[in-house]
Amino acid sequence: MQLDAKIPAGPLAEKWDKHRFDLKLVNPANKRKFTIIIVGTGLAGGSAAASLAELGYHVKSFCIQDTPRRAHSIAAQGGINASKNYANDGDSDWRLFYDTIKGGDFRSREANVYRLAQVSGNIIDQCTAQGVPFAREYGGGLANRSFGGAQVSRTFYARGQTGQQLLLGAYSAMSRQIAAGMIEMFPRREMLELVIIDGQARGIVTRHLITGEMECHAADAVVLASGGYGNVFYLSTNAMSSNVSAAFRAYKRGAFFANPCYTQIHPTCIPIHGTYQSKLTLMSESLRNDGRVWVPKDPGDTRPPDQIPESERDYYLERKYPTFGNLVPRDVASRNAKAQCDAGRGVGETGRAVYLDLSDAIKRDGREVIERKYGNLFQMYEKITDEDPYQVPMRIYPASHYTMGGLWVDYNLMSTIPGLFVLGEANFSDHGANRLGASALMQGLADGYFVIPYTIGGYLAGADHQHVSTSHSAFRDALGFADARIEKLMKLTGKRTVNDFHRRLGAILWDYCGMSRNDEGLKKGLQMVRDLRAEFWENACVPGSARDLNQSLERAGRVADFLEFGELLILDALERRESCGSHFNEAFQTEEHEALRDDEHFCHVAAWEYRGDEQVPERHIEPLVFENVHLTQRSYK
Amino acid sequence: MTRTINLTLKVWRQPAAAAKGRFETLHATNISTDMSFLEMLDVVNEQLTLDGKEPIAFDSDCREGICGQCGAVINGHPHGAEKGTTLCQLHMRHFQNGDTIVVEPFRARAFKLHKDLIIDRSPLDQIIQAGGYISVHTGGAPEANTIPISEDRAELAMDAAACIGCGACVAACPNASAMLFVSAKISHLALLPQGRPEAARRALSMVRKMDELCFGNCSNERECEAECPKEISIANIARMNREYIKAGFFSALK
Ligand SMILES: Cc1cc2nc3c(=O)[nH]c(=O)nc-3n(C[C@H](O)[C@H](O)[C@H](O)COP(=O)(O)OP(=O)(O)OC[C@H]3O[C@@H](n4cnc5c(N)ncnc54)[C@H](O)[C@@H]3O)c2cc1C
Ligand code: FES
Repeated sequence: MQLDAKIPAGPLAEKWDKHRFDLKLVNPANKRKFTIIIVGTGLAGGSAAASLAELGYHVKSFCIQDTPRRAHSIAAQGGINASKNYANDGDSDWRLFYDTIKGGDFRSREANVYRLAQVSGNIIDQCTAQGVPFAREYGGGLANRSFGGAQVSRTFYARGQTGQQLLLGAYSAMSRQIAAGMIEMFPRREMLELVIIDGQARGIVTRHLITGEMECHAADAVVLASGGYGNVFYLSTNAMSSNVSAAFRAYKRGAFFANPCYTQIHPTCIPIHGTYQSKLTLMSESLRNDGRVWVPKDPGDTRPPDQIPESERDYYLERKYPTFGNLVPRDVASRNAKAQCDAGRGVGETGRAVYLDLSDAIKRDGREVIERKYGNLFQMYEKITDEDPYQVPMRIYPASHYTMGGLWVDYNLMSTIPGLFVLGEANFSDHGANRLGASALMQGLADGYFVIPYTIGGYLAGADHQHVSTSHSAFRDALGFADARIEKLMKLTGKRTVNDFHRRLGAILWDYCGMSRNDEGLKKGLQMVRDLRAEFWENACVPGSARDLNQSLERAGRVADFLEFGELLILDALERRESCGSHFNEAFQTEEHEALRDDEHFCHVAAWEYRGDEQVPERHIEPLVFENVHLTQRSYK
Repeated sequence: MTRTINLTLKVWRQPAAAAKGRFETLHATNISTDMSFLEMLDVVNEQLTLDGKEPIAFDSDCREGICGQCGAVINGHPHGAEKGTTLCQLHMRHFQNGDTIVVEPFRARAFKLHKDLIIDRSPLDQIIQAGGYISVHTGGAPEANTIPISEDRAELAMDAAACIGCGACVAACPNASAMLFVSAKISHLALLPQGRPEAARRALSMVRKMDELCFGNCSNERECEAECPKEISIANIARMNREYIKAGFFSALK
């Protein structure tokens, strides 16, 4: 199958305007006749639901949590980028576009990324109008800070709770539409199946998480905004319920899965300290603005940090990358931290940590200024580690955080299944092989507020739509399928808990398909995942019953999908015979141990097509064409 | 320093809303003091599962104190006795070896119980739907810097906006009032120039909705502020009362 990204012709900066004009419009009176299902109420799904309802569509919105306001986006800390150039430091749409393309190691689509930069300013306007309390300068204007991978200050923030405030903005817009009867809200629901009729996405099957009831919902289009799959590593900075299931169910119904091996390992997280640990906590990258990363020069130096004199410290990022220093992109910072620890220079009890030291900044700006910027992060750190970061440098280590891979979408954000749109972290679209900080919030809101309202109209106006109802046989089949899977899970009465399997899967992927990969490890990991999956279906234990509130069953379903998906992730890593961004295969590196791309053979998106449970999925490619930027070896020196 | 401790838990078990509930005594052994309270419950649940019993149902998601999904009453305190802490951020180092810990759901007339520690907080959403927003359509916003807002005003708005909607204030209040929650949203928006045009309508309709949903009245007990994991100030309640009275007296909306 030929993947057609449907990128509009014409100069880069004019593509989106022209495309918006070319898209067919739905007559206002007809909009309410169209039902749109949106799975997910994070920044992407929440903003889409509110915007589409405002336009007059009938929206049905679904989420796992008890209210849309708690979606995983709520946890984002550091900020959101926009090319406003308020700092007058030379920012522009073009620069934001270029930084994002380069940060992604030249593995994303020019047209999508340029559009993202173009609408970034509108997002800030929109959120401000909603009442998002962004940080301000004394003069009353909006404040900015810097983030990794950029030399301009373009990140807007609301203390260390930017995601919370942006999500509450989208939630308030949704609430207004719920009150107006334009959005029907279905909280505590999990999508278990996608329903396809005549080749088009026409509905979903959900499970009511309180009663265990199975439900069918029909629509004219389905939007997936179900977030990323970082929890495949078990320990990650993602929320407990973050999953791949919604996307994976769609994959099994024909949506291609793109670049699953692009998984971001974030450099600044609180290190692991026990096997019981259920998640890892991020310390926002914004701390790298003011913090300096270092390790002792001598391996095995166990002195407390305040007894290690300046001359015996190695500020390795500043030393190796004088231009970007502590603000190198995440993939570079993470790999360097791992290398330091592998060389025995790691600190703390486990030796798997490096220092992130803000003492110079505290000395320079005073404690009060630092507290205002990062107070809640410091508090969180202290709660978890029982150490006061104002006194002792923080210990940090990389952790699974974000996934650039996701369902393949075209320029309209439509997947390979007509009528199935994918937004936010769930799609693969804008970040290539590595995402820059503060650009996931930007992308989720761009997709939901400013892209899907136009492109879904083009689809609905263009297609020949028959009304379908849930009495269609396709719903019966999908329901039967979902029910059978639940029954199979409920029959598991083995000796290991589902969590135990998940933990093991995470460990395998972390060891063999994590920050640094090699063929031998990948092959070994692949076999281990297969064996673990086989054992899961023999020896897992799922208590309780199906038609009841049953959290073990919920988890079992998600872990079963992760166990299949983990294999796809490794397969993708094996097939990409190069290193790029977050995908680092040791066989492909420069003399200075940076990722070495192979633009001749791998300047493309890999999109996987499901072919059946016993079949190897088929790898399709979408060539990436660069007309506006010159491909270079990334350098942050 | 990391230690391991053993604890006795008295946990509220109730299979469904209509079923009868009771306290069940469970043992948590070899608990590392670096664990969070929820990780301790995870460990207990793993053992229950292996013993062929049903694990304790409890809510959580972010596990970093921001989503508001977790919550239970620990020894009489919503989210436990530590100040400014959600249950997911409460660490076991605050307990002693041999302690007995009582774990119950948030209780309030407006919150129905689903199972064990899981409750229905949807009335809080309904209050927001009654007016906890600024009516602006996507695309209709002016350039952000055309509305200057002084830094301290933005900070005050942010203080109020930090509410995570967990419902601890309702559980803490002897009258099961939602005043702190409602006042935080009303304050957040009333403090910002963008929120002024609808301030009167918002205050009236949110407060009416709260009363309609069987939340109690505020009798100045201050328990809400003391237990709020985000330390939202009751100064917001005073601000809300001013907005409400102003709206009642001076506005055409009744
Ligand atoms: C700790 C942390 C800090 C971050 N900080 C930043 C930052 O400072 N700046 C930045 O730009 N990015 C940041 N990110 C990344 C960013 O937060 C996420 O990429 C982004 O919020 C994802 O938004 P989303 O709308 O795509 O999905 P999510 O917010 O993950 O929402 C997913 C939604 O889908 C629902 N859902 C999922 N599966 C199902 C299903 N099967 N059935 C029904 N519903 C389902 C969920 O209930 C939820 O409502 C951070 C991420 C983390 C983890
Ligand atoms: S789980 Fe999110 S606040 Fe506790």
